Amino acid sequence: MTDAAVNTFSFKLVSPEKILMDEPAMQVVVPGEEGDLGVLKGHSPFVVTVRPGVVSITKEQGGEEQKIFVAGGFADISAENCTILAEEAIAVADLNQEELEKKLTDLKEDLGMVSGEHDKKRVENALKIVKAKLSAVTGHLHV
Amino acid sequence: MPSLKDYRDRIASVKSTRKITSAMKMVAASKLKKAQSQAEASQPYATAMAEMLARVAASLPADFAGPKMLVGTGADKTHLLIVVSSDRGLCGGFNGNLARRTRKEILALKEAGKDVKIICAGRKVFDILKLEFSKDIIKTYTGIGQKGRIDFSSAREITDFVLNQFEDGAFDVCTLMYNEFKNVLTQTPSAQQLIPFKMPETASDEAESKAAEAGPVAPYGFEPEESVILGQLLPRNLGVQLFRALLDSAAGEQAARMTAMDNATRNAGDMINDLSIQYNRARQAFITKELIEIISGAEAV
Repeated sequence: MTDAAVNTFSFKLVSPEKILMDEPAMQVVVPGEEGDLGVLKGHSPFVVTVRPGVVSITKEQGGEEQKIFVAGGFADISAENCTILAEEAIAVADLNQEELEKKLTDLKEDLGMVSGEHDKKRVENALKIVKAKLSAVTGHLHV
Repeated sequence: MPSLKDYRDRIASVKSTRKITSAMKMVAASKLKKAQSQAEASQPYATAMAEMLARVAASLPADFAGPKMLVGTGADKTHLLIVVSSDRGLCGGFNGNLARRTRKEILALKEAGKDVKIICAGRKVFDILKLEFSKDIIKTYTGIGQKGRIDFSSAREITDFVLNQFEDGAFDVCTLMYNEFKNVLTQTPSAQQLIPFKMPETASDEAESKAAEAGPVAPYGFEPEESVILGQLLPRNLGVQLFRALLDSAAGEQAARMTAMDNATRNAGDMINDLSIQYNRARQAFITKELIEIISGAEAV
């Protein structure tokens, strides 16, 4: 069976403000908190938390991968559906490496200066996201 | 008795007021449209979040106590009220009604011996509440949605603050007070308890009935385990609820302003009619008086 409709499932990427993507996909790789998940049609029902990372969407056999960065969230997977709830999402191609590197140094400085548990946690979170964005752009890990 | 010129001036002034109010009405109408479409666009996320919460909660083991955000701190001493209003006035009873409802709530809580803390989102309700409860207001947010749309980051800012306060044990119960957008003519001040979170019963019922229709399906898998997911979902859900309230309130504000300005425009029209009649009467009286003077002058000669 090579019919496109048979092998695809409905994929949705939703932010609090609007639906960012709603189209059939053949394969989606979700960056789960405890490891990446490849989702195909007929996946067993699953709820996972998503870490900041890249979601890759393949729409058809042999087609190009679409890469979108999400800053964490949740994914709800069932046989016919895959819905990702993300608070922030941006196409990897739109990320700017220079800007991110500048932000990274800024945040590292901030981390040294802030006091108080809550502020520290906030900066650390921001740092984690920027690092993940950088990894998404350059393709190798930033720690 | 006012002179003819006084009447003319008043009519001119009411006419220009009418122009302003009718312009404001049209501006509010277009903003309302925008706010409504934004509220609509945010629906899918909220729905998906509610479904997920229901799903996770349904598969929790029965003996699982749940995180504090779900079951509460065990105390009921300090109440935190988040009051969402608008920054601007001229929108009828929109802010006044909410402030009155909030005041009643605060007084009832204080009567029952609870401590009350208030977070104001929006300047108007702060202006009213500070007269009586200035020492209970711990934080005020203004300028939300100033750029014509409400960003999720505004909701997240408030959420972060509330969560930090909760972690520090600064309050036990958190309630959200906002104007619920029923339709263009009606906005009802309403209260919604956020912490401890009450699972929306209708949502889970729906999910259940849907699941029943679909027949037996494989049980859901969770990664990480249910309790961990729940612990992360609940704070996010707080943000979603708050965001929804902000959007509802923004749409309600514009709707209330539109209605108020429509009324004002109509009233100005009525006033112009009344003033015109008075003006015509006064003019006629003046003419009659002049005629009498001329005639009696002629008779005297």
